[in-house]
Amino acid sequence: MGGAEAARSRERARTGWLLSAPALVLLLVAASGPLLIVLVYSFLAPGQYGNVVWQFSLDGWFQVFLQRDIFDGTVGPADAHLTIFWRSVKLSILTTLITFALGLPTAWFIATRPPDRRAMWLFLITIPFWTNLLIRTFAIMEVIRNEGLLNNLLIGLGIIGQPVQIVFTETAVLIGMAYVYLPLMVLPLFAAIDRFDFRMIEAGYDLYASRWQVLRRVILPIIRPGIVAGSILVFVPSLGAYVTPRVLGGGKQMMIGNFIELQFGQGRNWPLGAALSMLLLAIVMVALLVYVRATTREERDG
Amino acid sequence: MVKVFGSGDHALRALDDVSLTIETGEFFTLLGPSGCGKTTLLRCIAGFETPTAGAILLSGRDFTAEPPNRRPVNTVFQSYALFPHLTVAQNIGFGLEMLGRPRAEVAATVERMLALVKLEAFAGRRPQQLSGGQQQRVALARALAPAPQVLLLDEPLSALDLKLRKEMQGELKRLQHETGITFVFVTHDQEEALTMSDRIGVMSEGRLLQIGAPREIYNHPVNRFVADFIGETNFLRGRVAQDGLYLATGERVGAAPPSGARIGEATLAVRPEQVRLEGPGDPGSLSARVTQTVYFGTDTHCHLHLADGTEIIARLQSPPSGDVGLAPGAEVGVRFAEGALQVLGD
Amino acid sequence: MSARAKPFSVTALPGFTTVALAVFFLLYLPIATLVVYSFNDSLSIAVWGGFSLRWYEAAWQNAAVQEAAVRSLVVASCAALIATTVATMAALGTTRRGRFRGQTLIYVAINQPLMVPEIVTAVALLIFFAAIKVATGYQGLGYLILAHSAFCIPFAYLPIRARLEGMDLTLETAAADLYATPWQTFRRVTLPLMAPGIAAGAMLAFVISLDDVIITEFVKSAGQDTLPTYMLGQLRRAITPEVNAISTVLLAVTVLLLTAFFLLTRKRG
Repeated sequence: MGGAEAARSRERARTGWLLSAPALVLLLVAASGPLLIVLVYSFLAPGQYGNVVWQFSLDGWFQVFLQRDIFDGTVGPADAHLTIFWRSVKLSILTTLITFALGLPTAWFIATRPPDRRAMWLFLITIPFWTNLLIRTFAIMEVIRNEGLLNNLLIGLGIIGQPVQIVFTETAVLIGMAYVYLPLMVLPLFAAIDRFDFRMIEAGYDLYASRWQVLRRVILPIIRPGIVAGSILVFVPSLGAYVTPRVLGGGKQMMIGNFIELQFGQGRNWPLGAALSMLLLAIVMVALLVYVRATTREERDG
Repeated sequence: MVKVFGSGDHALRALDDVSLTIETGEFFTLLGPSGCGKTTLLRCIAGFETPTAGAILLSGRDFTAEPPNRRPVNTVFQSYALFPHLTVAQNIGFGLEMLGRPRAEVAATVERMLALVKLEAFAGRRPQQLSGGQQQRVALARALAPAPQVLLLDEPLSALDLKLRKEMQGELKRLQHETGITFVFVTHDQEEALTMSDRIGVMSEGRLLQIGAPREIYNHPVNRFVADFIGETNFLRGRVAQDGLYLATGERVGAAPPSGARIGEATLAVRPEQVRLEGPGDPGSLSARVTQTVYFGTDTHCHLHLADGTEIIARLQSPPSGDVGLAPGAEVGVRFAEGALQVLGD
Repeated sequence: MSARAKPFSVTALPGFTTVALAVFFLLYLPIATLVVYSFNDSLSIAVWGGFSLRWYEAAWQNAAVQEAAVRSLVVASCAALIATTVATMAALGTTRRGRFRGQTLIYVAINQPLMVPEIVTAVALLIFFAAIKVATGYQGLGYLILAHSAFCIPFAYLPIRARLEGMDLTLETAAADLYATPWQTFRRVTLPLMAPGIAAGAMLAFVISLDDVIITEFVKSAGQDTLPTYMLGQLRRAITPEVNAISTVLLAVTVLLLTAFFLLTRKRG
């Protein structure tokens, strides 16, 4: 009896792996596998015209945080790099906060529509979600650039005389990222609110809670998994953002993603680029781990 | 009070001219089939629905315009609606905390409530780690903790199995007795209503059909719906005359009802346990034929076919042998217990 | 009789509706602006010069745009086809037959492209393919198709898996009971039932491939622009209304495919 079950289980595993094999091979060749090469490259010396020299070196990792003064050879923190890291982290956190502040009411609004109209509102969030990131970045540019909608409107109304310079500033990158990543916050929040038992709110009001207390003491704690999911979904791509800072930051407001690209382009320092990529990957993995632990604990408890 | 959902042709009169006074300290039950409006009425009292017309007064004060968080009324929800992110103790203390009571008072009351529902050992647990019956008790304690003027219970026992339900029925009576709080209890279970309530209000299609003590409702239902919904009843077409009650076929079956029932055609009702069987042809009895007997354990239902074609059921206590000795086709005489026949309105 | 009370709404939270409606407005305002400006006759983007299709004509006649568009379609079609095929197999292997050793590993591996920042994958592929290009001398579209196929797999896999998990296993048992061979069961019962999931997965894969910028930018050989990388390249100069016109067309394609996806997944069962 047990032997037959074990045989069936082995057969299941064999079929499962066999059917998954083509997908796994493809992913190994063109997604996961090359990541290992990046790890290797981060420990090699840079070639003069890009690429690497096959010789072990920790310079790539060293240069991530530190720099050697060209004149006296003293080692100090790589200020330029730290500025970029700080900007990436700061803008990503701010993007997460802004999208949460705007996304929570939006998700709540959708989840509390009558069922027949809920799908329509959800679809309206889904369209920008699937629309090309580049197009959405262009679109926000049309609004905030010097001759754009916003400046034209403000000048037309006589509020300002000169266009306000928004593009190519950190603010522009922040506006852009909040705009393009907002749906990533709304969708998991909606999923959490949609599962939410609204009688919990009734119970809260029945027990004398005010609207604010119901929000803070009942709703937010219960939809916490959705909040964590949305925050990670926004924070992770924000940290690795490339297109938005490139288009709206105009090369001046670089984030880690652009900085990595620079090392493979003009910088010609592939090991540094590889080390930076691995660092970014590590941060993202930590964030995902936090997410997984937060959500599985939630599932275990409730 | 009136509550209308929607408007125009689709409008649903969930509550149709309901007027009701509940006494302080009373165990009052709203009884009716699902969709009869009893839960809507309860939600109006709690403040989750606003009546389309009418008012809700509590000790003389009008609370109709107050939101639920400003009404001295607490609810035990059908699904309990316990907060999953709070412990049992935190759930119970939630209301007092929202009222801004001092920490020490909250802690003391929680302690007292835990003792009241015998859950002292579970204070630190989460609701989802408790059994259904325990969750039920937490919900009760949570609603009782702020010492509301009225406790509303929305079919709180429907999720429990039969044995636990019986136990909780006794528990609820005890709690009501100990706290002296007015209970308004909603159920569709007639037995639950009869055993627990001081008074019952029977509802159907948004109307309050009859209000009265359990015995009154059971023994003197005002109409066919109430008679049919509460307990089992045999209906007979008949006639009320000055000198007595007659079946449509002309047999006299009872003395005239004391309080002036309308003279003329009427529906008569009699409970199966008030139907007596005698030998065929006994003077003053109706002749009937047994069509089927169904054994229920303590009693046996005997289905009878009267001469005019009416089907009625007699509930007989099962004899020690378990066999009442009536085969299908047997001829019997039927008599109704004295005063057991009710004359129903529409 | 008391004065009529304002009905108490349990789900209402102060200001939430206002913020939500503002969000929807702000979400669509830039897109609407982009679309409107693509029909602007004026060269200066600041001024409205009347309705015109001249930028669509200009884009249509631009050889570089034509090439990029064809390349985008070829890559997206191939990638969607490959990704959907392997994802369908993987979904069949990982659902409904009970758990087996390594199932979680397969699941994580398939979803890996969703977890790794795109720029990191792009860099990895740049390094890897650069080496292969040197070794083999092959510079063709194969690299793009391979890369796109890989990162499209999770997008194709998820709707197919969802569809399979919602399917009733007894249908296949019934087919087997009615003398169908395993292959006939798959061909006549399983495949038709999972078809909406496969179609949805293929559409998502197509849209994702069509929209990709970063990986394409790093993997492409010289002169292998797709529409998105072409548009990004144009940005080095000022934005021209021509880019708006291309964006609008891409937008329309996305919306059409999404609507189809929406209808396909909604009419399940």
